[in-house]
Amino acid sequence: MPTPWNSPPGRRVALVAGVRTPFAKAGTALRHLSVVDLGRAAVAELMQRTALDGDAVDLLTFGTVVPSVLAPNPAREVALLPHFPRTLQAYTVSRACASANQAITDAADQIALGHADVAIAGGAEALSQVPILHSRRMSDLLVKLSRAKSVGERVALLTTLRPRDLIPITPAIAEPSTGETMGQSAERMAKLNGITREAQDALALRSHLRAAAAQREGRMAEELLMVPATADGDAPLAHDNGVRADTTAAQLAKLAPVFDRRYGTVTAGNASPLTDGGAAVLLMSEARAQALGYRPLAFLRSYAYAAVDPADQLLQAPVLAAPLALARAGVSLADIDLVEMHEAFAAQVLSNLHGFTSRAWAERAGLAAPLGEVDPDRLNLSGGSIAIGHPFGATGARVVTSLALALRRHDKALGLLTVCAAGGLGHAMVLERAS
Amino acid sequence: MSDGMSGAPRDWERVGLSMALVDGVAVVTYDQPGAPVNTLNSRVGPPMQALLARVASDPAITAMVLCSGKPDCWIAGADIEELGGVATAEQGEALARGGQALLDQVAALAKPVVAAIHGVALGAGCEVALACHARVLSDHPKTTIALPEVQLGLLPGAGGTQRLPRLIGLQAALGMILTGRTVRAKEALKLGLADELVHPAILRDVAIARARAMAAGTVHPWRGGARSGAARWLEATPLGRALVFRQARATVLKKTGGHYPAPLEALAAVRTGVARGMAEGLREEARRFGALTVDPVCKQLVALFFAINANKKATGLPEGVTASARPVRTLGVVGAGFMGAGIATVAVQGGLLVRLTDASVERAAAGWRTVRDAVRARLRRRRLTPVEYDTTMARLSVATDGTGFAKAEVVIEAVFEELALKQQVRREVEAAAPGAIFASNTSTIPIADIAAGAADPGKVVGMHFFSPVAKMPLLEVIVTPATAPETVATAVACGRQLGKTVIVVRDAPGFYVNRILAPYLAEAGRLLDEGAAMDAVDRACTAFGFPVGPFTLLDEVGLDVAGKAGPIMAAAYGPRLAPAEALTRVVADGRLGRKAQRGFYRYDAAGKRQGPDPSVYALTAVGAPRRPVPAEEIRQRTILPLLNEAVRCLEEGIIASPRDGDIGAIFGIGFPPFRGGPFRYLDTLGAAAVVRDLEALDARFPGRFTPAARLRALADSGGRFHP
Repeated sequence: MPTPWNSPPGRRVALVAGVRTPFAKAGTALRHLSVVDLGRAAVAELMQRTALDGDAVDLLTFGTVVPSVLAPNPAREVALLPHFPRTLQAYTVSRACASANQAITDAADQIALGHADVAIAGGAEALSQVPILHSRRMSDLLVKLSRAKSVGERVALLTTLRPRDLIPITPAIAEPSTGETMGQSAERMAKLNGITREAQDALALRSHLRAAAAQREGRMAEELLMVPATADGDAPLAHDNGVRADTTAAQLAKLAPVFDRRYGTVTAGNASPLTDGGAAVLLMSEARAQALGYRPLAFLRSYAYAAVDPADQLLQAPVLAAPLALARAGVSLADIDLVEMHEAFAAQVLSNLHGFTSRAWAERAGLAAPLGEVDPDRLNLSGGSIAIGHPFGATGARVVTSLALALRRHDKALGLLTVCAAGGLGHAMVLERAS
Repeated sequence: MSDGMSGAPRDWERVGLSMALVDGVAVVTYDQPGAPVNTLNSRVGPPMQALLARVASDPAITAMVLCSGKPDCWIAGADIEELGGVATAEQGEALARGGQALLDQVAALAKPVVAAIHGVALGAGCEVALACHARVLSDHPKTTIALPEVQLGLLPGAGGTQRLPRLIGLQAALGMILTGRTVRAKEALKLGLADELVHPAILRDVAIARARAMAAGTVHPWRGGARSGAARWLEATPLGRALVFRQARATVLKKTGGHYPAPLEALAAVRTGVARGMAEGLREEARRFGALTVDPVCKQLVALFFAINANKKATGLPEGVTASARPVRTLGVVGAGFMGAGIATVAVQGGLLVRLTDASVERAAAGWRTVRDAVRARLRRRRLTPVEYDTTMARLSVATDGTGFAKAEVVIEAVFEELALKQQVRREVEAAAPGAIFASNTSTIPIADIAAGAADPGKVVGMHFFSPVAKMPLLEVIVTPATAPETVATAVACGRQLGKTVIVVRDAPGFYVNRILAPYLAEAGRLLDEGAAMDAVDRACTAFGFPVGPFTLLDEVGLDVAGKAGPIMAAAYGPRLAPAEALTRVVADGRLGRKAQRGFYRYDAAGKRQGPDPSVYALTAVGAPRRPVPAEEIRQRTILPLLNEAVRCLEEGIIASPRDGDIGAIFGIGFPPFRGGPFRYLDTLGAAAVVRDLEALDARFPGRFTPAARLRALADSGGRFHP
């Protein structure tokens, strides 16, 4: 079966363009926008910038993590933008923080298979708008009430209502299988891998300073659209609002650990914030891109998914996915020019990098030797999720676009990206710059 | 089934009426041969009467349903061509009596008649529906009901003024009859105008079922009257009704300024019917209808109706030149200020994808918000559903550079009025959107100058919108000798997509609308110079029929804008169009008009207009004291040079026809529609009389009122502008 890395002639999957909304910390500038709104903003801008005719698109797929009760298939709502014919088929995927990556690799597979020539993939997350649920008892009561046939029956049902039934349930970022929150997992990984507070803060600082430089030098703007009206009055938002150019090591050091107050090292400063945002990429078969006159940014050379036991090191699966993707691309880590690694937590990034050099993890990945070191000067050159923000469903598309733009900007050939995800999942992809 | 339901074609079939018997119900379908929509004319009457007689007499028929064979049209109204042929009031009255007799026969039929309405039911179509015993409407957005006769200077002459008040109550009926406003299906149900709403797919079946039930006596027709309790109570007593009539009359006079007789005539017909019964009311309705058909206001409005229809079909190209318009799906707009955002607003509402750009994030975002506020206002007024709002706004995107223009077929610039800047924008657009048509929304700069050095001057055109764009219906498409026919056709078609009435105008200073406005405003200013009061001048012009007078207009447009245009007109056309001293001084005084709450008039803190600002008078040569000037003199001195300048524009080929000149003046500056536009008004006055008046003025004020050559020629030959 064809895949992006052994596709028949002309079916190589080209990344033509990518664009995203500015990422905004949850509860701030973009809190008025839903997953659909954020997705539509990114896709509409993608269509406008690429001047692509909506009729040319064969499929649209989007990732999101916290599902909306009102729009269970947000991809379809995005596909109903006036830029497209109403016949554009669309579906939504979920693979935790790698949801947009899932959308992208799904679309890539469809192109490699010959089922599609032009696809839009991406993701969005509106963490300001997470659905708040009624308690189980309250839900049961409401269902019974809706079926009640008489007033008497309704009154009888209502008398069973207890104050505690009114307490709503807010979805937590916790593993259903272990009950552990992601922060607790990161905390545990820091301890297991000997990651110091200082190393985490240093990585967070670097993330902010590099993102701030990218903003200042106009590099970041390449992948951004402008939101003309935010939730706070009518100020536009044209930059990620979590990036802090003035952060210092001293400030970061002052923050108290959140998940283990006595011996912990994970703080709000060295973790990615809850974020709202949307991102999308345009993929085409090489032949169609050529026929339509597009110069692709990059080709999708290979990808892989892997998983670890969630009770083990929850966010360490990129260490297993990366060697798979590299092997499928037929290259080694030494051939990789630039690395883009999703930063859920500084502790996770450092654990992943540690895993790359670890014999034990090499063994677990079935490798004869560890993958090797990643030069910090090749990693996350424009900052990462800690500074830029991390809208779960959108991050994957941001990482893909950032890496492709960085390859072009630095005139490099090969890039590796990794994304860790809840459930012990991990993703890796190799991009090859289009010449 | 009795004889002859099929077989030899009957009279009624020749006019497009057919009848099929379904479960004892005669389903009559009207499908006017060779026409896109159904209209009613006197030829349909006799066959229709024969058909009704047949329905009445055939014992196999228990009820009747009336439907249309046209898509999205039930009956669009009376044949207006036929109305145009009415020469005397008696003929008009007879036409109305004929229609009334036909519909009386429908109403008097002993078997129930149900109207099954999908699409428009306008004018006479609405009156047919009113004569039926029940109305089932499709719940489709295309289904609308209205009595728009007053908009043509007429009143509903086939019983509409009598049956509508009886069906839906006095106030609701007057609301429709006196304004001609359109009622959608949902509101029709609320008013009692519709008995029920159903999906178009089952419309016919539901109407048949209702007709059968009515024939069986299990369903009864709506008894009529106002639906709301309060209205019912008010309309139940003579005193309450008198109150309603008085209020309606006051509203009409306020709206029409007394220039339009039709609403008052309709009101009188309704009143007669209410006071003295249906038969008297119908007689009054027909008599007043007849009188209106020969009223000059009606003649002008009907002529305008035809002019608008012809204008909508025109390509905008000179005779013998053909080119097809390029379909426009994406529009670029450079400059997100008031004009640019206004253009973007009408474009997204017209279904176009719009890329709006400005130099900074803040300005581009502000433009986006201007559009959003306008579209949101429509959402709040329930003109849009939330989904339509989302879709409309999704068509708009903003940027600070030309990225995203590549898709645009047309890019309109609405940047600051400065030639070098506009040329620079043109070059940027040429780079970002090669192949796109570049349109300038300038009001003062020659398009040829903007096109100078263009990669393809054939793709450069002017699209002169008027402010505020969403409200002003006219668009002037400005062409240079180099503009390609395809560019013209595309700009015209694009303007129509934006909901505008479009005239094509040759590139010359002021184009057409601002050019004819120039002597009008200049002369108003000179009257001010000579000691006339501003409000007196404004009053004389509104009494003529302009929506606002010249000083109010200047305040609204903005004195900075007007001040910029004045010297350009003077430079191009000499002292004839030079601005008055008063205008120049008021502009120099730093007054900007309403937007700065300081102009010819005073404004309170809330921006509400107060009286004229007396400190303006101190700026004039004669100082503060004002002297009375007769309204007739004001009218002559302001209106006649406007007419004269319009003729010059025709002579010079600035406008292609008197029709364009009339439409441009009516939709561009609010020239009174009931006077038909400058050229129709000249025909009314007679060229000889106008030349005589102009020459008299020219003797008093040498050089400003010299009659145009074409006007003199017509005065000599006794000819007219319109045949």
